[in-house]
Parts: sequence; structure tokens; C-alpha cells
Amino acid sequence: MDYFVNVTLTGLTQGMIYSAFALALVLIWRSTRIVNFAQGSMAAATTFIALALIQAGASYWVALIAALASGFVLGAIVERVIIRPVEGGPELNAVIVTLGLFVAIQASIAIIFGSSFQSFPTPFGVRGFEVGDTTIPLTPTSLYVIGSVLIVMALLVALFRFTRVGLAMRASAFSQEVARLLGVKVGGMLTLGWGLAAVVGSLSGLLIAGGTFVWPAYMDALIVFGFVAAIIGGLDSPVGAIVGGLILGLALSYVSGYAPRGSALVNISALVILIVVLLVRPGGLFSSTTARRA
Amino acid sequence: MSDLQSPASTPGTAGKASSEAPVKATAGGDAPSAPAEAGRSFLPGSTLLRHLLVLAVCAVLAVVILEITSPFQNSQLATLTYYAIAAGGLTVLTGMNGQISLGHGALMAAGAYTTALFLDAEEPLPLPVILLAAVVVATAIGALVGVAAARLHGPYLAGATLALAVGLPGLAIYFHDIFGGEQGMRVRAPQAPEWFDGFIAAVSGNAASSTKWLAYVGAICLLITYFFLANLIRSRIGRTWRAVRDQEVAAELAGVNLGAWRVLAFVVSAAAAGLAGGVLAIVVRLAAPSGFTLVLSIALLTAIVIGGLGSLIGALLGSALLVFLPPFVTDLGVDFGLNQTEAAQLAPFVYGVVLIVVMIAAPAGFVGTIRLRWMTRKAKRAMAQAGADGASSSRG
Repeated sequence: MDYFVNVTLTGLTQGMIYSAFALALVLIWRSTRIVNFAQGSMAAATTFIALALIQAGASYWVALIAALASGFVLGAIVERVIIRPVEGGPELNAVIVTLGLFVAIQASIAIIFGSSFQSFPTPFGVRGFEVGDTTIPLTPTSLYVIGSVLIVMALLVALFRFTRVGLAMRASAFSQEVARLLGVKVGGMLTLGWGLAAVVGSLSGLLIAGGTFVWPAYMDALIVFGFVAAIIGGLDSPVGAIVGGLILGLALSYVSGYAPRGSALVNISALVILIVVLLVRPGGLFSSTTARRA
Repeated sequence: MSDLQSPASTPGTAGKASSEAPVKATAGGDAPSAPAEAGRSFLPGSTLLRHLLVLAVCAVLAVVILEITSPFQNSQLATLTYYAIAAGGLTVLTGMNGQISLGHGALMAAGAYTTALFLDAEEPLPLPVILLAAVVVATAIGALVGVAAARLHGPYLAGATLALAVGLPGLAIYFHDIFGGEQGMRVRAPQAPEWFDGFIAAVSGNAASSTKWLAYVGAICLLITYFFLANLIRSRIGRTWRAVRDQEVAAELAGVNLGAWRVLAFVVSAAAAGLAGGVLAIVVRLAAPSGFTLVLSIALLTAIVIGGLGSLIGALLGSALLVFLPPFVTDLGVDFGLNQTEAAQLAPFVYGVVLIVVMIAAPAGFVGTIRLRWMTRKAKRAMAQAGADGASSSRG
């Protein structure tokens, strides 16, 4: 029983990180119809910036804020300089450009920060809370992970629901032409959208790094899982991204926890889950009929 | 440059000599339109005959190249052959049929592991049979994935194949008793037959080394694959693939079963990837999960994009870049004071930058851009001709 709870909690914690990453992909997909394959290496880049600051003596929280800020700047620059020329063009071109960015950023990280494994700190312990004599399988770190993802999600909802900028961003994503007619600076909104998505992506990069090792390709698995989560959810729906992330997190945790030598099966299970979902609903779980045509 | 990125793809037959339609290029490039030119060409009119002739010339060329190059260059060329075989298959899938695959590295892994297993036997079967087995295994996996992929579009397909690229090599770790886990399997290099020694001695007087034999195996596989693919692209099948890519609705109205044709494209390209994996296994002499990372799949995509999507020559040129660029930039990096491990990362960095630059500046790729220039000039000439004849020259 203890084991089951432990596996479930691990799954939920991991799932929240996948959700955040998937949410970043969905934000970009909704506004620009581009899947950002470079999301993972952009997040890795900001994590290494944070690590460099921590190694230079800064506190975790300063590094966190620096990483999120640099994520925003990186996302905005990428949209302006690299994505703008292929926006609205053929789908394949945009996919290839973000793949190129993925490889280029990952290689840059290796050149600048080296390709060795480095440990990344976590602000809280990874030992379970003690209630009386028993240790419950809930660690401060997993609470921190779940909490910070929830806070970011709440902030995003507030931004989109209750602010003028959020309204303008939604209008730009909904229909660029109409938004433009109404006086919305669509280009600026797209840049802002990429910046915000990169912040969320950076957060998931930092969270997955916490308490373990980082190397230039450490985000590769998260790219795949986040992407699978986003697609399970339907790519178009923020709620779908979160649900997809949680489903995937739990499923992978059960595979890894219960199947014999399960950790080797995690990657292939993600593929199986994805294919099964897509065979049932080719546009993902939360797709509307119009979204399925996209 | 913006007119080069119009979302509308050109219809499949835009290359007709007299076409006045505006010439546009998208990443989904176009097949060469040689038949329209057959009247002025020195080559035979029949596609099969023409391709047989080209095949014969290329075979002679391959022998000459392999004989005048050093053993080290021989092994580089062997590497080139397996990249080119896989890139050729990907050209059919992505260039001809418009389906993107990030999972071809995994299909190569299937071919490589099959080859490794068969060569590991007490008395290995003849090499052609083993390579055929590699093709069959990869094709079976490709068919399975293709059935799922045929229902998916753009990013959904990219996601599924991405998961394939990362997931499939994991099976080698799970079944480590058979596949050797993280360490992978050492591949016993197949021995060159006696006639090969005689052949090399007769042609160039050189000694027939094992490296040379492997380079020849790769070259033979490459020629057969490209001959097969070139005929396929030129045939009804190729035309239907392009119709499915460019005019989905029209093709469906014309009675084309979109799904079945998409699966077929996936199967053909998986077969090529399987053969490429088989050649890789005997050239590298190792089949290990680390050899089939996501970067391999992206490198293949780089090759076909740089060369020009939809062109086999482009795929070959792009593959050459994959082989000859890394040592070049690595040396450059060392000269600029990077250490070896840092310099080794320069190659992927350059791939990435090249992908971005090509997509922004010349989305038709190397071969496509040249072909586009040529077609634009011809269209202009045709229009000038029409103007001289007094016909109204309308700008499309």
C-alpha cells in the first residue's frame, strides 16, 4: 500500500512537470500553429544559466528568477528572429526550423557549459515528512514542484481571463486578421506568447533538474513526454495539456514501478500510450471537430 | 523571399516546359520533370531504360571513386552510403508524400540489430539474405507505425515518430540478454568473397581489404536502392504520392485511398531505412542504442532538407555533407582553441544553424533552388516567346 501511494505520488509530481511543459507547447501552438521542438533545449539553456549562477554563489531563488527571465528573453528573441520568417508558411518548414534550433541550442550548451554530468540543487529535502513514527511518501520537494506549477498555471489563467493583454493575446490566437482590424498589435502578442511559453518551459526544466543531474541532453526525455502529453490532450487545449501530463506521469510511474525492469520500458510505453490514444481519437482527447482538421 | 514560402504547394507537374504558372517552392519540393524534356535529351525516352543507363554509369563511377581513394576515404564513403540510403527513403516519405518522420533512426536500429543478430550465428547466412532480413524487419515495423501514422497530420505525426525514435532503442536495453543492453552488440564483419579479390586485382591492381569490401557492399546497396526509388518516383505510384501530398481533396475525389498510399510511402521508406541500418551495422561493426539517438533522425532530416526535399540527388548531396562536414568543423574548432569534446559538438551546432538558414533563405534546398532558377528562366523565355507571337502574356 505504501509502495502504491509512493508510486502514485511520484507519478503525480512528474505528471505536473510534464503538464507544465505540455502547456508551454500548447501556448505556442494556439497562437502560432507551430510545435516548438526547441522548447526542451531552450529550457535546458536557462537551467544551465541558473546552475552557473548557483555555482558562482547565488541563492537558488535568485537563480530561479534569472532562469525564468532569461527564458522569457530567449523565447521572445527566438520568435522575432527565427520563427517570424516561417510563421504562416508551410507546416513542414516551421517544424524543421524548430528542430534545427533544438540541435543548435543543445550543441551550444555543450560547447559553453561542457557535456559532463553536473548535479543540480533543490531548495527542499527529498525525504518524506514524518507523521509520528511513519514516514509518509510525500517529500517537500514534490510539494514544491506541484505547488509552483499550480501557481504558474493560476497566474496564466488570471492573465488570460482578467487582463487586457490576455484578451489581446487570445484575440490574436483566435483570428489574427480580426485582431489586427481591432487594433491589436498581433506581432507583439505572438512575441509575448513565445516569451511566456519559454518561461513555463524553463520552470519545468528547472523542476525536473532539481535534486538530480543535468547534462546538455537531459531534457530529451521531457521533450518527448511533454510533447506526448500535449498531443494526448489535443495540442489545442490547455486543460488537455494538464490532463495529458497527469495521465502520462501516472502511467509511466506505474510502468516503471510495477513492470519487471520497468524503467527501461518507460520510453516505449509513452509511444504505446500515444498511439493508442491517437488511434481512438486522432486529434487527441480534448480536440473539437474543427481542431481535428488542423 | 516571402513569395518562396507560400503555403500553397505547387501542383505536382509544375515542371512542364511551357507552364506559365508562377513557380513557387515549398519545403515539399518537386520531382524532376525529365519526361517533358525527353525530346531534347540524349537519354532514352523510356524511364526504365534511362535509369538503367544512369545506373550503369554510376556503377562505373562508384568503382573509379572507391579505387582512387585512400582506405580512410573508403570508410568515409561507406558511411556516406548508409546515410544516403536512409535519406533516400526519407525523401520518398517526406519529400514525395509530405509526411514528416523523426523516427527513421529507430527504423535503422531495427535493421542494424537484425543484421547483428544474423551475423552472430554459427554459420551466418549469405550477406544479401541477411540484409534482406534487415529490410523485412524494418518494413514490418514501418508498416505497423505507418498504419498509425496514416491517420495523423503534421505535429501529431511528428510526435508519434519522435516517440518512436526515443522509445524503440529502449527495447534493446530491456531485452539486454539478446541485444546486449547499453553496450550493444559487436557485429562480426562479413568476409569478402574470393571473386571480389579477383575483381579488385583485375580493375585496379589494389589489394582488396575488408574496409574496401564493406564500402563496395554499401555502394551496391545504395545503387540498387536509388534505382528502385527513382523508378518508383517516376511511376504512377510516385505521381499518386505527390497528388496525396499536394491536393489531398482532389486526390480523394479521384478515388485515391489516401490512407493506403500514406502507409505505402511509410513502408517503402522504412525498407530503405532497414537496409541503411544493415549497412551501418557492418560498417560500424556495432549495433548499440547510443548509435540511434534522436540526433541521427534529425541528421537524416537535415540531409534531405539541405539537398532539397523530393530529390534523390539532393538526398545524396545532403548525406555527403553529413559525412564530410563534421571532421572539417571539428578541426576548425580545435584550431580555434576548443578542446576535442567541445569541438565535437560543433557539427550538430552547424547542422542546426544550416537547417534554420536553409529553411529561411532557400526553403527549396540546394537542388530545389537550382531547379527553381532554371524553371523560372525557362518560364520567362516561354513568356517572351508568347509575347513575340502576339499572344497576350498574362502574369499568373
